[in-house]
Amino acid sequence: MRFDVAIVGAGPAGLAAAVNAAESGLTVVLVDAGTQPGGQFWRHPDEAAAAAAGTTVGESDGHHDWKRFADLRARLYALEDKGAVEYWRNTQVWLIEPGTSATTLRLTPTVAHDSHAPEVVTARHIILCPGGYDRQLPIPGWDLPGVMAAGGVQALLKGNRTAAGTVAVVGGTGPFLLPVATGLATAGVKVAAICEANSPTGWLKNLRGAVQAPEKGPEGLEYAAALAKHRIPYRVRTAVTAIHGNDKVEAVTIAKLAADGSVLPGTGRRVPCDLVALGWGFTAQLELVLAAGAETAVDVDDSLIAVVDERLRSSVPGVSVAGEATGVGGAAMAVVEGELAALCVAAEAGQSSAGNATLGGRIAKLQRNRERLRAFAVAMHRANPVPARWHSWLTPETVVCRCEEVSYGSLCDAHTELGAQDARSLKSFARPGMGWCQGRVCGFATASIAADFAGCPTSADDLRSMAKRTLAAPVTLGQLAALTPAIPTPCNPDEGL
Amino acid sequence: MNLPRFADVVVIGAGAVGAACAYFAAQAGLRVAVVDRGPIAGGTSSACEGNILVSDKEAGPELSLAQYSQTLWRGELAEFGHLWEFESKGGLVVSAKPGTQENLTRLAARQRNVGIDVELVDAANLKDYEPHLANGMAGGAFYPQDAQVQPMLAAAHLLRLARGMGATVHTNTKVTSFVRQGDAVTGVVTSQGTIAAPAVVNAAGTWGAAIAELAGVDVPVLPRKGYVMVTEPLPELVRHKVYAAEYVDNVASSYAGLQTSPVVEGTRGGTILIGSSRERVGFEKSVNPLVLAEMANKAIALFPFLADVLALRSYSGFRPYCPDHLPVIGPDPRAPGLWHACGHEGAGIGLSVGTGALIAATLTGTAPAMDLSPFAPERFDSLRQEAHA
Repeated sequence: MRFDVAIVGAGPAGLAAAVNAAESGLTVVLVDAGTQPGGQFWRHPDEAAAAAAGTTVGESDGHHDWKRFADLRARLYALEDKGAVEYWRNTQVWLIEPGTSATTLRLTPTVAHDSHAPEVVTARHIILCPGGYDRQLPIPGWDLPGVMAAGGVQALLKGNRTAAGTVAVVGGTGPFLLPVATGLATAGVKVAAICEANSPTGWLKNLRGAVQAPEKGPEGLEYAAALAKHRIPYRVRTAVTAIHGNDKVEAVTIAKLAADGSVLPGTGRRVPCDLVALGWGFTAQLELVLAAGAETAVDVDDSLIAVVDERLRSSVPGVSVAGEATGVGGAAMAVVEGELAALCVAAEAGQSSAGNATLGGRIAKLQRNRERLRAFAVAMHRANPVPARWHSWLTPETVVCRCEEVSYGSLCDAHTELGAQDARSLKSFARPGMGWCQGRVCGFATASIAADFAGCPTSADDLRSMAKRTLAAPVTLGQLAALTPAIPTPCNPDEGL
Repeated sequence: MNLPRFADVVVIGAGAVGAACAYFAAQAGLRVAVVDRGPIAGGTSSACEGNILVSDKEAGPELSLAQYSQTLWRGELAEFGHLWEFESKGGLVVSAKPGTQENLTRLAARQRNVGIDVELVDAANLKDYEPHLANGMAGGAFYPQDAQVQPMLAAAHLLRLARGMGATVHTNTKVTSFVRQGDAVTGVVTSQGTIAAPAVVNAAGTWGAAIAELAGVDVPVLPRKGYVMVTEPLPELVRHKVYAAEYVDNVASSYAGLQTSPVVEGTRGGTILIGSSRERVGFEKSVNPLVLAEMANKAIALFPFLADVLALRSYSGFRPYCPDHLPVIGPDPRAPGLWHACGHEGAGIGLSVGTGALIAATLTGTAPAMDLSPFAPERFDSLRQEAHA
């Protein structure tokens, strides 16, 4: 099957890209791993179950900007009904092969789901909207049951209306901790503390960026009111530095941080809880960007991101990137980027029913909007860095890579004994990132630890060596083999010794 | 670490071969400096399976070097085996057709004549070795001496041990030219400074030709690309290194197009490694899914259960390939002071320690344990002259 444009991901960026590309007259396929649109940000209860029950009341609970999603979703479904968008749910791309006139995507159903998608699709343009996921820092005890990514806690609340515990500590950095904490409180969970590693005074220094996104102001006030209402203590320059328990979380140690991110001696204290939600910003999901061979760089928040131009084109012809993968900036920016990428592709294809002059005006407006939102995102990143000396919270026994059970101590040995100077060498000698998740969880931490060993800032090479995955999703050898004709025997009888 | 101004020997390349050269040279009492433009084990050593094989070699100089290396891996280096995960897992070569088994039987006889342990396996007994092997195979041969190491750890620990004996290791240090006195090589100029040394060893692997060229000599090492796929971790389903008899043919051939032959082995971590492919496409790094597909196809034909097993990742690397499939080992008469230890193709990990010991012997003027003439660096010159004539 061949399309004008294939969009990967049906979160805020992908949804906006799909509906705008289709409304511009392009033939569109939308590929997404989820069973329903919205991505992580607009995760919501099962639509089929709600339809069967005859009510969508409560669907938007805990959401911001739900109206924007409802509008995009309605347009998507209308376009799908008309046949203007092919929307393949429960489908992952495991291989991307850019070509001279079209790019090929190889598809596989997500685990335990049926997919109606074919095994391969080609399109003249690809818009990658893979989104991002919570960035984690390994700390002592983070592998205990009851410790979750802040985004995971929120996904359970939004998608399943399930609170993951009864007494929670929310820790990390950034504004995302606020909706997680207030969401838990609204669901009846006692939030013992929010531990924000940075200080809101960081905002003052970055006021220029902040005031450029005025709609964030009221949102902040809303959270402040919610924190007051639920009596949630908001502790700044404070981090969860260790988690305690035998079979599950029983308590955490929270401590005040010095300016460099190390623990201020004597400030540690124990807080009982059964749920810990941790979030240190976000990691962009870059498998397909890297597999396509597109250029990447380190962003202000130390995340590896795709390098794109003002039309969101990557360094690979025919491959655009929109949303968190171009720099973490939140859902509003992702929607702008999705629309921008789609309209630029439409303009390039010369296929707008509205005419290219109108299109040019819309593109220019979106570009200005994107710049404004990007300035805000940069200000947020500058105000909420990962503490420089977070490594000092670790003990030799702290597990860094959970798949391969690699401890911080063994990374230190790989450095001091074996001469590993970079993340790739750490991986070669000690195996972090070699297991099931292929570095999706420990990649940032390992790159950051390598940079700390080398006494340098986190480098793009270190992040890349932990993020590069030839197969973007696991695929069975049988599926791989199906790309070539089957052979009856392992040996060619004519090729003896 | 600061670059020393002088050394007895500079080793260019911190892969398995360079590390072995540094280890044995340091053990022989030489002051060794190792330089590499990248990290330790950053080239082909980090993109292979860590094979220490005798099974895939015809009787001849390479097999002799493999046997000599075996005596070192299993002898004086045995005490460190756990550090680099030395595993004497044994290799099972499988024939699908009776004709192939006849050829394998003849190869085994030639190998046995030079002292290789090999047991021919009847079709009926194959599943005693590998219970999950496909039905209908014609037979096989089992090589108990075939072994494996974790190649990056082997290189890193050999270098660590060499440092313990006074060697220094300088990563991110690129050799840009040689110091010369007439024809003689008397040191290296690097991105970090100059080291004067009466001997320099080119252990740059697949990039050995470029280093030789800096010294104005021709060593025809070319890249021969190969992929390895890694599966999800599983309980032990494959006990040995298992490969189809056609692999031996492909190793020995010089065909430039794509060749694949199935090689399947379990690892200590539970993952299964799947090879192999050979193609001469220069240093092209992009992933060709059709190569992975062909490898998967052939691996499934050997072990049908693999069809439902998930591949988690793949990697590729470049074997240092010489036209006659033999490595280049020894002093270069065309540039006195320059030694070569490169061009081991797909056997460099297994052959590294033998190579290192031979180089150390020639550096110190002691008699090497075997005849080096088949590996002579200048052996290609006469071939070229004939070709030009």
